[in-house]
Amino acid sequence: MIRRLPHVDRVGIEERAATLGKRSIKTTAKQQGIRLAVSMLDLTTLEGADTPGKVRHLCSKAVCPAPEMPEIPSCAAICVYPSLAGVAAAALAGTGVRTAAVATGFPAGQVPLDVKLRDTEDAVSAGADEIDMVISREAFLAGDDARVQEEIVRVREACGDAHLKVILETAELGSYDHVRHASMLAMEAGADFIKTSTGKASAGATPGVCLVMLEAIRDYAHRTGRQVGFKAAGGVSTSKAALHRLVLVKETLGDAWLTPDLLRIGASSVLNDLLMQYAKTETGRYGRSEDFSKE
Amino acid sequence: MDVRTSIVWDYAPAPESTDHVRLRDDYGLFIGGEFRAPQDGRHEPTFNPATEEPIAQIAWAGEADLRAAVAAAREAQAAWAALPGRERAKYLFRIARLIQERARELAVVETLDGGKPLRESRDIDIPLAAAHFFHYAGWADKLSYGIGGRACAPMGVVGQIVPWNFPLLMAAWKLAPALACGNTAILKPAETTPLTALLLAEIIQEAELPAGVVAVLPGDGATGAALVRCEGIDKLAFTGSTAVGRDIQSAVAGRGIGLTLELGGKSANIVFEDAALDQAVEGIVNGIFFNQGHVCCAGSRLFVQESVADEVVSKLWDRMGRLRVGDPLDKNTDVGAINSAEQLQRIEALVAAGEEEGAVRRSIACDVPDRGYWFAPTLLTDVSPAHRVAVEEIFGPVVSVLTFRTQAEAIEKANNSRYGLAAGIWTDKGAKAFEVASALQAGVIWQNTYNHFDPTAAFGGYKESGFGREGGPAGLRPYLRVS
Repeated sequence: MIRRLPHVDRVGIEERAATLGKRSIKTTAKQQGIRLAVSMLDLTTLEGADTPGKVRHLCSKAVCPAPEMPEIPSCAAICVYPSLAGVAAAALAGTGVRTAAVATGFPAGQVPLDVKLRDTEDAVSAGADEIDMVISREAFLAGDDARVQEEIVRVREACGDAHLKVILETAELGSYDHVRHASMLAMEAGADFIKTSTGKASAGATPGVCLVMLEAIRDYAHRTGRQVGFKAAGGVSTSKAALHRLVLVKETLGDAWLTPDLLRIGASSVLNDLLMQYAKTETGRYGRSEDFSKE
Repeated sequence: MDVRTSIVWDYAPAPESTDHVRLRDDYGLFIGGEFRAPQDGRHEPTFNPATEEPIAQIAWAGEADLRAAVAAAREAQAAWAALPGRERAKYLFRIARLIQERARELAVVETLDGGKPLRESRDIDIPLAAAHFFHYAGWADKLSYGIGGRACAPMGVVGQIVPWNFPLLMAAWKLAPALACGNTAILKPAETTPLTALLLAEIIQEAELPAGVVAVLPGDGATGAALVRCEGIDKLAFTGSTAVGRDIQSAVAGRGIGLTLELGGKSANIVFEDAALDQAVEGIVNGIFFNQGHVCCAGSRLFVQESVADEVVSKLWDRMGRLRVGDPLDKNTDVGAINSAEQLQRIEALVAAGEEEGAVRRSIACDVPDRGYWFAPTLLTDVSPAHRVAVEEIFGPVVSVLTFRTQAEAIEKANNSRYGLAAGIWTDKGAKAFEVASALQAGVIWQNTYNHFDPTAAFGGYKESGFGREGGPAGLRPYLRVS
């Protein structure tokens, strides 16, 4: 299979992404945008030190992020390692908040395919509704598109009914041309979502990377009619950054994608900033970080 | 229903505040370093094209006022030219800094008076105007380095007539090099957009430029025609329509007056099949909808390689649907108001002619205010090179799409125009871009971008787009006598 790369102009894409960062989101638009962003959060903890206790705390935060502000919706999902998927699924049962587990040798993906499949099956049987897999960058960078796709197809099968998010780890791909190409490979192979990053690399969901992936999703939907979701993860740590990502989606894919079924933001620290900014629109003054529980 | 899937999101109105703007009710003529009532001129209101409401009364210069301004400029010129370059530079630096200090106010006034979106006046017009003064301040003490080491002297008194599409920026393009070179200047802003030029006159006063070095004389076409024919002018610089440019050139013939003309255009934006198509679409949008298409170098003739034409048109139409048309003061507006009723009529007439000739018209759906002058961004397909909409300058948010098969055909079609101001080339192949660029008859060529301006780059046209260059060291030459 000969790789034919698409062209993405780096200067042009970054200029467009920066222009959209200048949209003025004020008053009611800011309130609605923040509520929307909260509803799309995959509240994440991916540390070696994660324990069942920590995960349960995070689950209750995801279900009810701000008890004193009932108009703030629940987050979309909790994202954990497979070993804690069972804990999360039990804590979230009946709440509407979903359990997502990273799998396939996250974050490097440098394990054999059978281990990746087993990892996925374990997470699903533990109760994960969504699987966040990593592509094999080793194969992609070596030019072996067939293996990248084959792995996604196999993991897709192992997922069963669970939704599959495919992490491209864009910071390791080296160019926007590669980001676009990898987006297309993942969608062709059956990804329900494509996701920017693991959060463990040097850069994450930069505006330029998001825009390249969104344009790929738009073109794929135009060609096939299938709506693939998008998850921005890594580096989205402020309300301003979260709203910027929503603007990118709104003006590239349109309002149809502004729902947790098709758009997610993977983060942990951004939630409290969103809550603080929301409280500010209500009270007119900035709160303190101590006003909201960490988890 | 789950609250999470029922949130609808749109941007709330985000109008820029006008509270900080201190406009006077009426403005006099700026002659000899002060604002004066006209001797034989009159007062006319200037209007906001987005609301049709008057903003301020503006004095229009009569012939006696012109003569007075020329006399004051003549008197001031020798001393201004005799200043060491680094002293003139200080004044220009001061003007540049004052423009920066009053940037917010200037941006709002530019938008009020001209109808352009605040996003553009704030991010492009005003910062670039300051940048031009900074750039030419740097040249003032090294003029001969800019013209190949030859000796030089200023032209003397220069008359400068600027258009309504970039009122302050065009004033800066004209004044900055003229003053750096030791000339004194008489600036005539456009009939519909005099306000920022008058604020610039206030800035020039505040910068304590010697009296008479700059005059600002608002008026209409008749005022401009009188300035062109006025005794005592050594050089004229004009930016505007080709028809007026012709009149000016015949009026100066045989009078030993230097002349530069920056006129109309029907610039080609050429998209090859190997281009980064999404960014090319972005560039097409920037090329034609920037400033409602009121841009002399607008990429109004879009040439797309046939193999990707359907894809590009489909992407372009999709992208056009996202343009936000409306209140120019809203920070989220992409396309503002048409500058005047007259211009709106011209655009409507040309587009109607295009439809009659067989072009297929698509205009985006947009809610625009009841009052004011508006024209929805429009895409014309099935356009033939002979159609009027492919030949004449529309000067509005209307792009005509044509196709080509090969590189040679693209070059031939792009050059087949009476104009030659600018062109855009979209390709991922560097060698092709250079090959095409050197074959195009256009003064400005952008590769993989469009409508980017910089004070260090020369700007000007071929053929009926005029002659002479503005910007960079090339922009010094028209304001100097080289020996």
